Amino acid sequence: MGVQTWTWIIVGITFAIYFGIAIWARAGSTKEFYVAGGGVSPLANGMATAADWMSAASFISMAGIISFAGYDGSVYLMGWTGGYVLLALLLAPYLRKFGKFTVPDFIGDRYYSNSARTVAVICALIVSFTYVAGQMRGVGIVFSQFLQIDIVYGVIIGMIIVLVFAFLGGMKGITYTQVAQYCVLIFAFMVPAIFISFQMTGNLIPQIGMGSAGQDGVYLLDKLDRLHTELGFKEYTSGTKSTWDVFAITLALMVGTAGLPHVIVRFFTVPNVKDARKSAGLALLFIAILYTTAPAISVFSRTNLIETVSNTNYSEIPEWFKNWENTGLISWTDKNNDGKIQYVSGNAIDGKKPIYTEKRGAHGERLITNSSTQINELYVDNDIMVLANPEIAGLPNWVIALVAAGGLAAALSTAAGLLLVISTSISHDLIKKQLKPDISDKAELMWARVSIFVAIVIAGLFGIYPPGFVAAVVALAFGLAAASFFPAIILGIFDTRMNKEGAIAGMIVGITLMLFYMIRFKTGLIGVMEPLPASEWWFGTSPEGFGTVAMILNVLVSFVVSRFTKAPPKNVVEIVENIRIPSGAGEASSH
Amino acid sequence: MINKNNAKKYWKENIRYLIILLSIWFIVSYGCGILFRETLNQFKLGGFKLGFWFAQQGSIYVFVVLIFVYVRLMNKLDKKYGYNEK
Repeated sequence: MGVQTWTWIIVGITFAIYFGIAIWARAGSTKEFYVAGGGVSPLANGMATAADWMSAASFISMAGIISFAGYDGSVYLMGWTGGYVLLALLLAPYLRKFGKFTVPDFIGDRYYSNSARTVAVICALIVSFTYVAGQMRGVGIVFSQFLQIDIVYGVIIGMIIVLVFAFLGGMKGITYTQVAQYCVLIFAFMVPAIFISFQMTGNLIPQIGMGSAGQDGVYLLDKLDRLHTELGFKEYTSGTKSTWDVFAITLALMVGTAGLPHVIVRFFTVPNVKDARKSAGLALLFIAILYTTAPAISVFSRTNLIETVSNTNYSEIPEWFKNWENTGLISWTDKNNDGKIQYVSGNAIDGKKPIYTEKRGAHGERLITNSSTQINELYVDNDIMVLANPEIAGLPNWVIALVAAGGLAAALSTAAGLLLVISTSISHDLIKKQLKPDISDKAELMWARVSIFVAIVIAGLFGIYPPGFVAAVVALAFGLAAASFFPAIILGIFDTRMNKEGAIAGMIVGITLMLFYMIRFKTGLIGVMEPLPASEWWFGTSPEGFGTVAMILNVLVSFVVSRFTKAPPKNVVEIVENIRIPSGAGEASSH
Repeated sequence: MINKNNAKKYWKENIRYLIILLSIWFIVSYGCGILFRETLNQFKLGGFKLGFWFAQQGSIYVFVVLIFVYVRLMNKLDKKYGYNEK
């Protein structure tokens, strides 16, 4: 059977499973809708958190990015896992004990103020929308890549799927579909990785294969460093970013991870504090399986790519190269007319993507109009490293189809989790807590469903018509979360003297500064028309790492302001003392 | 008041664990993986340069272990202070 047929079959089967679970896990109350009834086992919650967390970017793009960035890619590996340590030790147990539905709930109660709650809701919405737009786009891309249908239809299909299981089941439906999605995505990620590791190093475990020797007896990493130096790239195991920037980006990603509302809310779904701690550990374990395999895939595919294409005649290039050239993820221009592929440091093209003409060149390659004047002749898209891996390794068609299903599972599960946070923020934090406190549970549930519907439509539109700046800032959602929520929650738990004035001032300063920096250096909407160059960065901090600076400022402002204003009331101090004790958490509730 | 005292002691021990565990968290990632990677890169672990290994593999393993150690420590602490729940 061909790849197309296999893909339709496997994607069809996985979707049928998701639908089945959605119908089985319908939500009957707001509690089921918001926190899955609070009775999810730590194991299921761990898997669901992992699927919720690992997006299309983790699944498809990360290994590719690391493959081109080498050591610099470590910021994602450490940043997106280390945050779980903070989450498990500093947040999850206490927020579970607190036992409400949402992060703004905690902020609102702990800081005895509806303004604080509103600020938190706005932060949650900004963070979630920047993040979800990228996910819907990811769904569209996977569909168009593997099933050759238009991105627009891909996004619409994705919207319908998410709508069904999120609309019917709320958190309950999402949680159990995410468990299934985790299984699909991790299987799809590991199978090709194990095959390739075995082919290249004779070792079945990719994490060990990465540090092993190839068939020629040379360590893969040593070989890769040598190849990189020869071709004019920076050594694979060194990096080009400054140590401070690596530090800042890693910290911003870690803290941002711990501050993402769709991740935090998952810990409200387990029965008690003990289970909240345990499920944070399990979640990281499940995530670590993918995150320690990804850098191995990066090394394998990077070595494979260089060895296969460098100085090879285009006429002798393997079939997969031409396949991906046809889909637009690879381009080659024979700049020195020798028929061989010169792959060295430097941009092969001007701009971000190759612009193809309808014509073919002397060797049958697709001609492009924007080739650069530099020596490098080869353009390779990051995403190819995971997507093309099974083909490069010559694996059977069903494995390729599996990768498609895995990419879809990753994108859909993350989108669903985010959409739920958005709808909860609106129906619970805004409508129930502020506008109409006396509505019934049933009416609130209806509002939750209406808002999830609206949120999906908006997210879908973002996916179909991606505004340039949203694409640029998706990665910055972490900076926003780090700069806004994280300090307010941590200080709320660990500093009894922290009051509403301090927390509100800190959150506003943090998120405003982060937004300003992001817009200034990523979009050029303020002041000049072009995004400012790296030489203008404050303290040499990239926008990705600026969350760290904004977070530190948030903490300082909160601290200073709180010490000059009135201490929090006695009942609030009691709330804090109470959440520090693990027992008697009971069920997550809205009262 | 006995109850409050108990809670205070529990919290103090908890903070002590947090400081120790978070120091390890900081050392493996920001220390070994970032700040001192050049020094560590002089040593090798199989085919890995050590600093590079910490940045792309080792720190992640330590993170997982840290959380499970924390879970165990806290379960014991909960029992010691009678905050244990079935």
